[in-house]
Amino acid sequence: MLRRTIAFLGLAAVVAFLWLTVPPLFGQQRGAATPSFPATYRAPRAPDGHPDLNGIWQAFVTANWDLQDHEAQPGPHPELTGAYGAGPAGQSIVEGGEIPYKPEALARKKANFENRLKVDVSDDKTWHALGDPEMKCYMPGVPRATYMPFPFHIVQGTSPYILIAYEFTSATRIIRMDWKQSAPVDSWMGWSRGRWEGETLVVDVTGQREETWFDRAGNYHSDALHVVERYTPMSPYHMMYEATIEDPNVFTRPWKISFPLYRRMERNLQLLEFKCVPFTEELLFGKFRKQAAR
Amino acid sequence: MRTRLLAFPAVLAAVVAVGLVAPMAGQAPRKYTAPKTPWGDPDLQGVWNDATSTPLQRPGTVGQKDVLSDEEAEEFQQSLAHDLSRDRRDGGNAADVNRAYNEHWMDSRRLKITADKRTSLIVDPPDGRIPALVAPSPERQRGQTARAGQAARFAAGLPENYTDMSWPVRCVVRTDVPPYLPTIYNNNFQIFQSPGYVTIAPEMIHSARIIPVDGRPHLNSNLKQWLGDTRGRWEGSTLVVETTNFRADEGVLFQGANPATFTITERFTRVASDAINYEFTMTDPTTWTRPWTALIPWNKVDPAEQMFEYACHEDNFDIVHFLTGARVREKNGETVSSSRPAGAREEK
Repeated sequence: MLRRTIAFLGLAAVVAFLWLTVPPLFGQQRGAATPSFPATYRAPRAPDGHPDLNGIWQAFVTANWDLQDHEAQPGPHPELTGAYGAGPAGQSIVEGGEIPYKPEALARKKANFENRLKVDVSDDKTWHALGDPEMKCYMPGVPRATYMPFPFHIVQGTSPYILIAYEFTSATRIIRMDWKQSAPVDSWMGWSRGRWEGETLVVDVTGQREETWFDRAGNYHSDALHVVERYTPMSPYHMMYEATIEDPNVFTRPWKISFPLYRRMERNLQLLEFKCVPFTEELLFGKFRKQAAR
Repeated sequence: MRTRLLAFPAVLAAVVAVGLVAPMAGQAPRKYTAPKTPWGDPDLQGVWNDATSTPLQRPGTVGQKDVLSDEEAEEFQQSLAHDLSRDRRDGGNAADVNRAYNEHWMDSRRLKITADKRTSLIVDPPDGRIPALVAPSPERQRGQTARAGQAARFAAGLPENYTDMSWPVRCVVRTDVPPYLPTIYNNNFQIFQSPGYVTIAPEMIHSARIIPVDGRPHLNSNLKQWLGDTRGRWEGSTLVVETTNFRADEGVLFQGANPATFTITERFTRVASDAINYEFTMTDPTTWTRPWTALIPWNKVDPAEQMFEYACHEDNFDIVHFLTGARVREKNGETVSSSRPAGAREEK
């Protein structure tokens, strides 16, 4: 009974919190009609007794181009590909609009952007120095995997694990529920430990490799990155996704992003392969091939 | 919450308490009934390991014998472990270098034969050998010859381009292409289940094979994938998995099987709390003269030993090392025919 009361209070707090913070993040003007999700939505239960997140989900924000406000932009080589590869405009998904960079870190972000299309893998030690990791088909890390323009599949069974399989480069991550052990070593998709707070799946992500970026605009982090994600069902077809991002090496304070995830409803839809290594090998390795005799 | 907290120690206890009751190859599991998920499917969840030293094909040294006595098995295991071991110094400098992936890297389970003391993983045909190959069509012969030329350049340390390297070296696919065969390391598979799906995550590479078991049709035959398209169904307590729609790239499928005609059927049966029988049947009338079947035991990994991310392409320094090394060798006048063989290796 006490547990139920606490859970209810927790839920009420979550709802109140979302009520206060979410509408402006949608870019809705204050006073305009807001999405009419029932504030007390209770999702169907999965076999583990918790809200059922099983299924294929996708974000429809343009944050993979830039977490912050951005105008439409041409692709890297418009003289070759015209409007193919051009980037869409979008509104910031960052609470307050701006990422709170330290001054020197902001300079690094700008340099990342300038060098986003460059690659030099001739020296192991500077292998990762240049270029957007997405362009090189590296696993995207968290939270970027969530808002890339590809679906992902949540597999929630009864074991103490939840699997998220992403279409982009067939990346996967295992969420270990109520897990004590911390990350044994850094990895590209990080070390995810989950817990339920009422209707919300909360995932604590540490141990991420420092080389991943947040977007194509060069927004980045260090190996001190700590991400706390919150997945909250809002209807049978929507979840609210929030991530609090903390990295004292790069930012002056923790900051937050949020956006809805949409359930993909196509009949018999399945994750397909986006194995992008063959798409990037010429860019990375082409210059080391045998040269034709002169 | 309480159910989950109790379930975890229960798994541990089961692992500790289990007797070695894995049935013999080919025998129906007796007495053991697999636990069920809350929605009624047999429960295969957990981390499983398929490492063994028992070879896929029966070696000539054991004659026709399919199962060994205790003494024979001990000798067989020692002999296989000696051949697999890379911590020996009996082959000269070049062999030493090529054994750099030594026991430090090797999964120690890889040095033990199967508990049922079989002499081959293949259970059909009865001679434990892969059936005779069908002569390839001229087109397939050209593809295989080209692939063999690439492999020879790579083995000589003279790859002309990244395309001379195998798909696993290029980190496009690794041991996640069915059938799942034991290798030097990372022989782990984590199974997840949810209503309507069984999902297998092979450690190497980080892909997830999400298998619908809800009766839906396969993808259209014009939509091909590196790992094919997989559908499952339950036959009693056995998960039966059919995979088709493989891409046409040469060198992805086992023994150069023909993607246009190849199908594989895999059967997963939990035969003890800590054991799954993994059985697969390979069918390809344009590659083998008859279908063949192998059985590999999967053993449950202690939950304290977690599966970890296997990244491959992200730090694939080897590609650049192989190619820059080859450019130096070219400058020194080396050619594929003059170069010492076995200059390169597959593992990384």
